Amino acid sequence: MELHDVWFVLIAVLWTGYFFLEGFDFGVGVLTKLLARNRAEKRVLINTIGPVWDGNEVWLLSAGGATFAAFPEWYATLFSGFYLPLLAILVCLIVRGVAFEYRAKRPEENWQRNWETAIFWCSLIPAFLWGVAFGNIVRGVRIDRNLEYVGSVGDLLNPYALLGGLVTLTLFTFHGAVFTALKTVGEIRERARRLALRVGLVTAVAALAFLLWTQAHSGNGRSLVALVVAVAALVVALVANQIGREGWAFALSGLTIVAAVAMLFLSLFPNVMPSTLDADWSLTVTNASSSPYTLKIMTWCAGIATPIVLLYQGWTYWVFRKRIGTQHIAEAAH
Amino acid sequence: MNLALAPETLARWQFGITTVYHFLFVPLTISLAALTAGLQTAWVRTEKEKYLRATKFWGKLFLINIAMGVVTGIVQEFQFGMNWSDYSRFVGDIFGAPLAFEALIAFFFESTFIGLWIFGWDKLPKKIHLACIWMVSLGTILSAYFILAANSWMQHPVGYRIDKAKGRAELTDFWAVLTQNTALSQAFHTLSAAFLTGGAFMVGIAAYHLLRKKHVGTMKTSLRLGLVTVAIAGLLTAVSGDTLGKVMFKQQPMKMAAAEALWDGQKPAPFSLFAYGDVEKGHNTVAIEIPGLLSFLADDNFSSYVPGINDVNKAEQQKFGPGDYRPNIPVAFWGFRWMIGFGMASFAIGLAGLWLTRKKFMLPQHLRVGEDEVPHLVLFRNKALGPQLTTWYWRIAIWTLAFPLIANSWGWIFTEMGRQPWVVYGVLQTRHAVSPGVSQGEVITSMTVFTLLYAILAVVEVKLLAKYVKAGPPELTEADLNPPTKIGGDIRDADKPMAFSY
Repeated sequence: MELHDVWFVLIAVLWTGYFFLEGFDFGVGVLTKLLARNRAEKRVLINTIGPVWDGNEVWLLSAGGATFAAFPEWYATLFSGFYLPLLAILVCLIVRGVAFEYRAKRPEENWQRNWETAIFWCSLIPAFLWGVAFGNIVRGVRIDRNLEYVGSVGDLLNPYALLGGLVTLTLFTFHGAVFTALKTVGEIRERARRLALRVGLVTAVAALAFLLWTQAHSGNGRSLVALVVAVAALVVALVANQIGREGWAFALSGLTIVAAVAMLFLSLFPNVMPSTLDADWSLTVTNASSSPYTLKIMTWCAGIATPIVLLYQGWTYWVFRKRIGTQHIAEAAH
Repeated sequence: MNLALAPETLARWQFGITTVYHFLFVPLTISLAALTAGLQTAWVRTEKEKYLRATKFWGKLFLINIAMGVVTGIVQEFQFGMNWSDYSRFVGDIFGAPLAFEALIAFFFESTFIGLWIFGWDKLPKKIHLACIWMVSLGTILSAYFILAANSWMQHPVGYRIDKAKGRAELTDFWAVLTQNTALSQAFHTLSAAFLTGGAFMVGIAAYHLLRKKHVGTMKTSLRLGLVTVAIAGLLTAVSGDTLGKVMFKQQPMKMAAAEALWDGQKPAPFSLFAYGDVEKGHNTVAIEIPGLLSFLADDNFSSYVPGINDVNKAEQQKFGPGDYRPNIPVAFWGFRWMIGFGMASFAIGLAGLWLTRKKFMLPQHLRVGEDEVPHLVLFRNKALGPQLTTWYWRIAIWTLAFPLIANSWGWIFTEMGRQPWVVYGVLQTRHAVSPGVSQGEVITSMTVFTLLYAILAVVEVKLLAKYVKAGPPELTEADLNPPTKIGGDIRDADKPMAFSY
């Protein structure tokens, strides 16, 4: 296995980490409209992710930075090509971050309601668009001989990619509902579990269709294994949720995300961004990657930093392990 | 195509707008993290309540700022790929690495420990909680270093070779990129300017309350901390600025000449106080100068030769082929002056404040005041400023908080525009760096969206800051004074509300 293959795996790991972690906080953001019945419940939801959402988001910045360093051509083609969807994602992430931090800083109801609306839409839109983006990456896009994207925005909104968007949106919402059931106490916890079942069933149908389509279009033996794991994990997650094993349900909804992302990357390899115009113009791990020297330095950095990050981020989750209910939200706190 | 709407022009405007805006928050975040950590350390060590109240007050303002710094930073990570894809392809092998290091090492640190600090008041024993804010501070400084090393490589590329076959620059020595003198002096200068910014911010807000005789105890402590920070950081900013100037003179003579509107080389070269020139003809029509000073700034010697804009332009034409290698001279000239002028003005106001509010033991008996009284501003041994002058000093001190922000912005505009037409000095020109596949409409869309969004957020942010500034330091609660002894919080009362919640 050469260094650029290692980096293909590491980029996949960073995206997986991002979707696993920010997946549930996107989901919780969507649930603020779907699940919470009053102000206090909304605040319970937001506070389940309060201390961690920012750290979760850094997985995206790491994936972006690492792609720049390890596969500059991929970084350049992807982000200049998917320009407007990426713009929408960035705007949402900006507004959403500010919304979490500023919402409670003024007591006026209007102020808080506006930020809550922002949290809902700015969680929903990126959760959907990331699926669209990855759908297009795996399916391939119009890339010319200079490795430039020459398609239009409309090309990105094809049925396959839109289905991908539906999958990430529902899967993250399911993951978020399971997370809420694990992190809350009281009536909201019960409702989160009931909602998780309904969202989970929709997810299962959408995900099965999307993953089978992926397998038929660009799959191989290894991606088939990942597909089976993803579907099985989702089914068992639903069962665990039904019998009230919330920890297991969360681990398994997480595994579904891990396996689904793995499947996408496995069907992609050794391409990183296939061209639909000519297979010779596809970006691959070889023609898109950095020099061996840069990859070596990056390997050292990631090899040392990533385990340490996992350690202290894990510790954060342990510090804030207590379940939260409406009784823990101070009336006047802002 | 109309040059004003050329993709290069638009992409540059967008980069300028988003980056200058981002950098309003960065220096405040860097310095307020460390200053808040310092105040919290004082609380943990002395258990004096005024330190805890100051920690909570400045910590809140710090959080309002860092939120904006973080979210506007996300754009920076992706903007290179969006608008500057040819740049990314050409330099990604080198430039990407410090960015990835920054994310993997610094951003994770910052954002994870900031969550622990915000929500950790009733979840962590106080020393561990204190350690969290220091970790945030370390993260902000590391982050600054990596990104400045990346920028320094654009000012003065080292540790690379050009791979002609692949048409790109490749890294050969990462250590050289991280430790070249450009990176060291830029980091030194930027970090001291960041502390000047935070110090002036503290001075300004403390002065606001002291002028109104409110929250005097906490604000006196804050004022002293702010003034001392301004004095030390201001001095270091001047010293490091001088070092950076000398580095720049060696590495980018054009930028130095442009900063001085020095059209033709002179020996000795004067420092220009004011100049009005004719760019077409390549000379100044009006100039007020201090003889020899530029020679000294550039080379430590009052009689050294300093090459002028026309000389360097000719030299670069011979080296790189025909073309105009001059940056926008008025922007470089005035940017350089506004940077120094505003930065040093806040340094001077800080030094004056430090003298005027000097410690008790240096004052005669009748001018000393108690713990909770507004200090007299004592000019000479036995002479305090009159009420009008006192009011004026406090007012000027309030305005100081904006000065370093203006200086920082012009510093960046100067150093980036002074490097033009190069994006990587001597290696890649800016016009070859833009994304060829991105349409004019797309860039206009994103520039409009970001500008509008940033404008709205600026209003929201400033109003929120003003609200919390006016409210002053919070009253302390039982929970504040009795931090938990166990990680995860004491279990005395499982249904007790959280000390902090969104």
